Amino acid sequence: MNYPEGLKYTNEHEWVKLEGNVATVGITDYAQDQLGDIVYLELPEMNKQYEQGETFGVVESTKSVSDLYMPITGKVTAINEPLIDAPEKINEDPYGEAWMIKIELSKLSQLETLLNANEYQNQVSNS
Amino acid sequence: MRYLPHTPEEIQKMCQDIDVQNIDELFQVIPEALQLKQLLDLEPPLCEIDLLKHMRELNHKNKNLLQVDAFLGAGAYHHYIPVAVNSLVSRGEFLTAYTPYQPEISQGTLQAIFEFQTMVASLTGMELANASNYDGASALAEAALMALRVTKRKKILLAKSIHPQYRHVLKTYLLHQNVEIQEFDWSENGRVTPALIKEYLDDQVAAVCIQSPNFFGIVENLSQLESQVHQAGALLIGCFSEAVSLGMLKSMGDQGADIVVGEGQSFGNSLNLGGPYIGLFATREKFVRQMPGRLVSETIDSEGNRGYVLALATREQHIRREKATSNICTNQGLCALTTAVYLSLMGPKGLARLARQNYDSSHYLQRSLSALPGVELKFASPFFNEFVLQFEMPVKDILFKLKEKNIFGGVMIEQDFPQLKNCLLVCATEMNSKKQMDHYMQALSEILNSEGSL
Amino acid sequence: MTQHPGPGDSGLIFNEPVIFERGAPGRKGYSLPESELSGGEAEVDIEKELLREQEPLLPEVSEFDVIRHFTRLSQWNYSIDTGFYPLGSCTMKYNPKVNEAVASMPGWTQLHPLQDEDSIQGALELMFHLQQDLAKISGMDAASLQPAAGAQGEFTGLLMIRAYLESKGNPRKKVLIPDSAHGTNPASCAACGYEVVTLKSSSTGVLDPETVRQAMDEDVAALMVTNPNTLGLFETHIQEITKIVHDQGGLVYCDGANQNALIGKARVGDMGIDVLHFNLHKTFTTPHGGGGPGSGPVAVKKILEPFLPTPVIAHKEGHYYFDKNRSQSVGRVKSFYGNFGMLIRAYTYIREMGAEGLKQVAERAVLNANYVRVKLQDDLHLPYPQICMHEVVFSDKKQSEVGIKTMQIAKRLIDYGYHPPTVYFPLIVAGALMIEPTETESLHTLDSFIAAFKQILEECEIKPRLILDAPEVTHIRRLDEVRAAKQPHYIYTTKSEKQFKKHILKFLNSL
Repeated sequence: MNYPEGLKYTNEHEWVKLEGNVATVGITDYAQDQLGDIVYLELPEMNKQYEQGETFGVVESTKSVSDLYMPITGKVTAINEPLIDAPEKINEDPYGEAWMIKIELSKLSQLETLLNANEYQNQVSNS
Repeated sequence: MRYLPHTPEEIQKMCQDIDVQNIDELFQVIPEALQLKQLLDLEPPLCEIDLLKHMRELNHKNKNLLQVDAFLGAGAYHHYIPVAVNSLVSRGEFLTAYTPYQPEISQGTLQAIFEFQTMVASLTGMELANASNYDGASALAEAALMALRVTKRKKILLAKSIHPQYRHVLKTYLLHQNVEIQEFDWSENGRVTPALIKEYLDDQVAAVCIQSPNFFGIVENLSQLESQVHQAGALLIGCFSEAVSLGMLKSMGDQGADIVVGEGQSFGNSLNLGGPYIGLFATREKFVRQMPGRLVSETIDSEGNRGYVLALATREQHIRREKATSNICTNQGLCALTTAVYLSLMGPKGLARLARQNYDSSHYLQRSLSALPGVELKFASPFFNEFVLQFEMPVKDILFKLKEKNIFGGVMIEQDFPQLKNCLLVCATEMNSKKQMDHYMQALSEILNSEGSL
Repeated sequence: MTQHPGPGDSGLIFNEPVIFERGAPGRKGYSLPESELSGGEAEVDIEKELLREQEPLLPEVSEFDVIRHFTRLSQWNYSIDTGFYPLGSCTMKYNPKVNEAVASMPGWTQLHPLQDEDSIQGALELMFHLQQDLAKISGMDAASLQPAAGAQGEFTGLLMIRAYLESKGNPRKKVLIPDSAHGTNPASCAACGYEVVTLKSSSTGVLDPETVRQAMDEDVAALMVTNPNTLGLFETHIQEITKIVHDQGGLVYCDGANQNALIGKARVGDMGIDVLHFNLHKTFTTPHGGGGPGSGPVAVKKILEPFLPTPVIAHKEGHYYFDKNRSQSVGRVKSFYGNFGMLIRAYTYIREMGAEGLKQVAERAVLNANYVRVKLQDDLHLPYPQICMHEVVFSDKKQSEVGIKTMQIAKRLIDYGYHPPTVYFPLIVAGALMIEPTETESLHTLDSFIAAFKQILEECEIKPRLILDAPEVTHIRRLDEVRAAKQPHYIYTTKSEKQFKKHILKFLNSL
């Protein structure tokens, strides 16, 4: 299982890549493995505002379904449209091609609530 | 007990292997106070001979439709069921299988449902159909719930000419969904018109529900309403209780409906005092993720053979739990099979001919009856196989007297529709011969004459 | 295929296309009367634009085509009549043939639901007695036969709880549900406008009264329990738990899916349960029919009786009737009166078994499950090793160490001629294998099953390939569920068929 350094993680298995006050969000390698073959992805509309912890989308495999949770409060500034038509990319390249949304952060202080790679890995192996 | 195969020796051996003295020891996990010490207070058991005798005796306390001339419809229809239907449906391989969770050993059920879905979609003019709901009433309720999800709105408009029990069930299902339900009238000729729904249509309406043929048997024109409903951003839900009408009428999908639901009992399912019946549920592919109930899809196996699986299970309760599109799990699998077998036997031509016969019989009967003095056809609109007659005297008395002549003359409707005083809903199908219908007319004529002379 | 102790060797397996590919234009399978009305009949007065122009997609086949088609399909099905079906939580027991004979009597099948009550006294009498029998069996005060299936029974039960609480002034907001519950429980709560609070099961597999006490407050409308629970364990603290809920003004709902373990041995009414649904297709031998129809009567305590769905079947001075005059009723959940055809079968079964027979049902069901538990506990991980009730839940923990998962074991069982157990449920056991043998299976069948199971577990170690490729003797092999989800075909059309055949060719070339 892959847990890249330099990313931030949530307990709900999203990863966050920070560039200035814009964050890119996807789901982790562990999450895609647990879900199995992913067949469907639902992403939010552009410019929509979410609070931390709110659901912004849904990801489904043939046998399972999971909500996507906003890692941090902010506004959606980009969505990965091509991924909706090729959700299997989430299995293949969860940290790269399968990014889901970009958000403009409004509460940078919330970053402290996220986990680093080590902490996330520990959390996963204890569950 | 013939259904319990264990011999005393086997029980003893099994207890030994489990390491208990006797079976009762296994039940010691139940707290003492909760263990039932006495036998249940039930009637003594019966052997098969006595059981059949007892059941026949109960049976004979009923009068069934083979023993009378019946003209009852109103959501349940007396149609002929070809012998081949029950011969196939009663096969143990169909009867005693469960939901096809393991597709490799459930292809029979799965393919039959796929064929059923295809037939229902085609008959309703829709792109797909699910593997069935409980009945027409709950299918309508589920369709309304689905429209609420699709449109994210909070209001449902219902035609008052929808079967009263369907409306009742819909209201029960929507009781705690924080939804407003408004009902609109029919026009003088028994049909819904665009003007009647206009005042209710606002930007909160999720769906407009219309039944055709409606509860009074009248064929509605959905295409006249379609643009108005869609312009308001609402969905049009078409509903039916007499499936045989689909053989003759333009499908509601072709008239612009977004969801078509109805009762499939007429397609080979026995009347059975009201159940089990089968809810048919069809819609457009773009709404599939909001659809309730099981769905079968075609796919291939690891060797390239065609096969079938349950698909989109992620909408369902066992995966999505409180966020599921419905709590339904057990559906009406065997009734779906019955429907598929029946429709295969009928084919497009048989179904068309059957529908036409129903039309012809009911119109012959209507003309015969409404020619009698004191009998009026309530609504001057085209109907399919049932119609409303209005009398100058209470329907209850007429039905009672008809019953004395071994005729079940129709269904009284004024308890549900106080404005339709002295009205009777009469139905004729292919099961009613000309002789029966002539007999009905004669009997009614006698009754009305004798009343007149009082 | 290796020699094995099960009945699963390959037999004659026919190919059969979809029915739309059978037949020929003009061929017919129907027999309708010649119209007696022809000649004098006027034209149809329905507007032309409302008449069907295009024929629906139905096959044009002979009766014999239909018989052969569906008979062949039937042979691709596994069923109770053909083999052991230990599908946990589904109670796949033998469905007596006499039930079918009785249910097909014209005195039942040819009854219209809107006939006069006078003309259906036998049917009403049957339903009245069944209502009473179900109440007695569960230790409750009244019952309604209306719900069409267990899930609709749950919905009805929660509606009644809500109506009762509303009559006391406050419907409350939440329902407590253990994490081991069937998915229908939370789905039914949502349908009744309740928020779900999930309770964690304790390490012993049963609900801890403390957990309930902590979650219980004045916003909680009800606790939904399943007893025995989905681990097959009796909820030993049930009395204390129901008391905790009642003390705070809440009610307790019991999911009756597992009543086969208790019938004649214990009554949920004595445990403080306020409402219970039955699954007649589980406990009372009505056939499962490839997914239904079921029947989900609800039984209630006195306090909930006024809220039962309308109508209720009543009896006065030798006359049975529909009591529709029920002002506090939650309403109607189904058209007419329930799945009557299923009610006949359940009543027939109860009359044949009697009190002693029903008690033995529970005893043998529990005996069989414990026998399987003991015989397989050395081979499979048993997360809750105590005495179970009617079913036992194992996991794939040991086998997953060599890379074999529950689903693969399940598929291999098919090759040995058995229906797999329920898999991956309850959710609280990772890789769960839930086995419910039922009382109608003989010791011989259990021993054969156990032997097959052990052989498969051995294969996991020495011939894992066999497991990974299973099933191999079925009409079709493992199906591509990803394709079914991403490029679904829900109906047959000539266009979709062309695409599909192209896909198959491409696939075969890639092999």
